[in-house]
Amino acid sequence: MKLDELQSKLLAAARGAPPSDAVPYAFEKRIMARLTARARLDPVSFWNRMLWRAAVPCLLVMLSVSLWSFLAQSEKGGASLGTELEDAVFAPAYAAIEDTW
Amino acid sequence: MPLNLALAVAGLRPKIDVNAIGQTPSQPEVESSDAELIEAVRSGNVSSFEPLIRKYQPRVFATARRYARREGEVEDIVQEVFLKAFQKLHTFRGQAPFEHWLMRLAVRTCFDFLRAHRRRPEISFSDYSEPETDWLQQLASRDAPFPDDAAMAREVVQRVFEKLSPRSRLVLTLLELEDRTVKEVAELTGWSVSLVKVQAFRARAEMRKCLEQMLRRREL
Repeated sequence: MKLDELQSKLLAAARGAPPSDAVPYAFEKRIMARLTARARLDPVSFWNRMLWRAAVPCLLVMLSVSLWSFLAQSEKGGASLGTELEDAVFAPAYAAIEDTW
Repeated sequence: MPLNLALAVAGLRPKIDVNAIGQTPSQPEVESSDAELIEAVRSGNVSSFEPLIRKYQPRVFATARRYARREGEVEDIVQEVFLKAFQKLHTFRGQAPFEHWLMRLAVRTCFDFLRAHRRRPEISFSDYSEPETDWLQQLASRDAPFPDDAAMAREVVQRVFEKLSPRSRLVLTLLELEDRTVKEVAELTGWSVSLVKVQAFRARAEMRKCLEQMLRRREL
């Protein structure tokens, strides 16, 4: 039996029965509902996406700043970070007091 | 619409839609209204997409039914095609008819579906029914298929195609069942013409192997 011929006959016969193009009732409404729901969700999903994207850079910045502060502290050896922060925060107040004298 | 597609591929726009002969001569209006609807959707009017869905969904359903058997899967494919079309509408440049752009999207979505739902070959042939293998034997002994054979032929072809690789199934469906030219298949799939020819050659060989195994199993 020649398989080439059988294949051609089979495909030729199958060509005579194209699939149905019937559409389920109100199928377009279903797609439109999906589209409008997606559009309604868009601002939230956009905000969500942005937050997730920002998470990694924020974490990296936090780690590098922490590392930098620890290294700076160990280099100076003396004053603690707390003392330095206090000095920086109260610097304008100290300056004002000195001016009054 | 093979002729229209061929003309579009060649960079020509058909003046007369040969497939619309015998129907109401409203093709130019339809074309312009497609463009208007697309423009409206692009400018933010989501509801203008509904007439486009209503107009093209029968074609997309028919295409999806060539690749999926269960109606639920068919509906999922069609839904995905239109959702993708909506998302990618900004990439439609309007150089070819919207239908061609949409059908390209549909064919690629079907191909993705085939790749994602590939049947395992180890369950092959056990699911062929006896009437199907008997009918195939009879077809082999006949000179030409009878018109009544179409439904059974489609069923057998579906079953054989399920055993083929996604690429083979796609290329055989487009070339043999939809009767498209190699150039049209290349346009629809995004493959080169030579790749389509190579794939078609391999796919026919793969299908013959499946038929041979099917008939041999029947003889055992």
